[in-house]
Amino acid sequence: MAKGDPGAAARSKRAAPRTRRAAAAGEPELVQLLTPEGERIETALGPDGTEYRVDFTDEEYRGLYRDLVLVRKLDAEATALQRQGELGLWASLLGQEAAQVGSGRALRTQDMAFPTYREHGVLYCRGIDPIMPLGLFRGVDQGGWDPNEFKFNMYTIVIGAQTLHATGYAMGVAMDGKTGGEDGEAVIAYFGDGATSQGDVNESFVWASVFNAPLVFFCQNNQYAISEPLERQTRVPLYRRAGGFGFPGVRVDGNDVLASYAVTRHALDNARNGQGPSLIEAYTYRMGAHTTSDDPTRYRIASEVEAWQAKDPIARMKAFLTKQKIADESFFTEVDEQARTESVHLRERVLAMPDPQPVSMFDHVYPNGSPELDEQRARFSQYMESFEGSAH
Amino acid sequence: MATETLTLGKALNTGLRRALENDPKVVIMGEDVGKLGGVFRITDGLQKDFGDQRVIDTPLAESGIIGTAVGLAIRGFRPVCEIQFDGFVYPAYDQIVSQVAKMHYRSQGKVRIPMVIRIPFGGGIGAVEHHSESPEAYFAHTAGLKVVSCANPQDAYVMIQQAIASDDPIVFLEPKRRYWEKGPVDLEAPIADAYPLHSARVVRPGTDATVLAYGPMVRTALDAATAAAEDGRELEVIDLRTLSPLDLTAVYESVRRTGRCVVVHEAPGNLGLGSEIAARITEECFYSLESPVLRVTGFDTPYPAARVEEEYLPDLDRVLDAVDRTFGW
Repeated sequence: MAKGDPGAAARSKRAAPRTRRAAAAGEPELVQLLTPEGERIETALGPDGTEYRVDFTDEEYRGLYRDLVLVRKLDAEATALQRQGELGLWASLLGQEAAQVGSGRALRTQDMAFPTYREHGVLYCRGIDPIMPLGLFRGVDQGGWDPNEFKFNMYTIVIGAQTLHATGYAMGVAMDGKTGGEDGEAVIAYFGDGATSQGDVNESFVWASVFNAPLVFFCQNNQYAISEPLERQTRVPLYRRAGGFGFPGVRVDGNDVLASYAVTRHALDNARNGQGPSLIEAYTYRMGAHTTSDDPTRYRIASEVEAWQAKDPIARMKAFLTKQKIADESFFTEVDEQARTESVHLRERVLAMPDPQPVSMFDHVYPNGSPELDEQRARFSQYMESFEGSAH
Repeated sequence: MATETLTLGKALNTGLRRALENDPKVVIMGEDVGKLGGVFRITDGLQKDFGDQRVIDTPLAESGIIGTAVGLAIRGFRPVCEIQFDGFVYPAYDQIVSQVAKMHYRSQGKVRIPMVIRIPFGGGIGAVEHHSESPEAYFAHTAGLKVVSCANPQDAYVMIQQAIASDDPIVFLEPKRRYWEKGPVDLEAPIADAYPLHSARVVRPGTDATVLAYGPMVRTALDAATAAAEDGRELEVIDLRTLSPLDLTAVYESVRRTGRCVVVHEAPGNLGLGSEIAARITEECFYSLESPVLRVTGFDTPYPAARVEEEYLPDLDRVLDAVDRTFGW
């Protein structure tokens, strides 16, 4: 795991009251607005002196809490469905709810997101039916939402490939003259710590920088690329890579939904106002496996997991809401009940998902079709029909 | 008819210019395509006339060129990417086969990637290594991509516009050794209703054997047909033009008539397009064949040093030799 940043203190401005430069001692430097104990920090300073703060109504605070709980519950349901053989695979976001909900809620309607295969929380924030990614993992389709309608692109499984798509899309936003002002558009690219080793991610940094693309690179550093720890990917804190490419980078407490929201909103606004790209490293932890196919007990120790458990994004938000009397027990019970209902509903709908018609595999290979494929489809249909009425 | 005599390279340049004029969403991007006009000058003068937002000099990274073009396409642009040389396409291979080719399929038709990937391909210009390769089979093997190659200036002019206008992602292979060959170009040729992009064409009718070629080898096949005619053999030469999907309708008709077929390409023979074409002809025309379908191809070696490329590349004599063999059965 990355160590603290001793150079940070030297650069630090003198902190104003209730303004914090970095998290508790022993933590790497990061922007934090809500401590693991649920204490609010009014203002946090980024490495370049940017002041981050949020100003939510009580209703909005409760809304963020509800998002976190719902997303965790839906994720847990999907994990359970995989364990029962109903999904071929699942990539759990457990532990990363705050990074996803915080950044996802910071997006404006017109902003475009390019996710990996783990951004179920962002997907939820974009207003997409949470059953959509389950079709992909169940093997009945390849993800069913319309990327243009929801401004949330397809899940990308090849590591880092989507960062280039996001960059090109952002270049297009600028070429369309859609930067500048509140109604400007911004783009966000999600990827993990492992992806930062990929050529495509580094190429996207180059492109975004030289074309001043309105883009936020949002790296969820969950500490592991399947089994490989962060130190196998980098020897410097990831957010500092941005400096070498010519744009700002900031590390945020990825288990803090308020700080995740604040830094993302700030970066998106900068992008939409024509100030170009930036990199956010959301420092977090994947509590579960990379996917349901691996066994994290082979590559990490229990005490590490326990240490991160103490930084849980939902527990700290609950503590904050309770201490500030923004929510009471009846609210928490109601949210839990909603989460339970929605997950049961999700389960029922997943089990009811029909298998696709075999001949549908020929659909949508080419927008303009292909005579060769049409012929294969016809032959296949004929072959399948030859079984009708037989015992097959 | 506004017919002019142009080189194949200038015909491409003129076609690109027409596409930029006709659709403001068309953008050209690649290394050195702007001020320099491309290392082969195919984009010569276009940045000057359309600006650096339409003709974009990119950083030097092929995956980045293709990957950002994907994003531009999602945004509604029609990117035309130039890969400087065939052997440099491999860093972009993942983006092309995993992303460009599959996005329409993965999105169940909701996302279109109407992009063209222009690649000067093939040998014969005395270049150093990585500058003379024929990667067409890699792309033709990938569902979701269409692969075409032009062989003369008229086709170059029309096909590049057709490719840009198409919503299919297209790998557009330019026969670099033919860039400087001249031919008539009808500048008013319509792109919508002209010879469709995905169609083979008989470029020399004949009765005794069918010779199939595409891109740079069409000229070689035609030269062989001229030489064979002196020996009393009339070869029918078909320019395949489209490598994926293959348009073999005219090919089957021809082979059923001639009973003999030779496929010519520069790429190595092992698992090359010739293998597929030979298999398909065998399936469809078995009872019409007087002899096996023969292939004349590059060898199964890396592209060799330039001083021996004339021996590596199929030439008139190797094609004629194969034709002789088809008559030996």
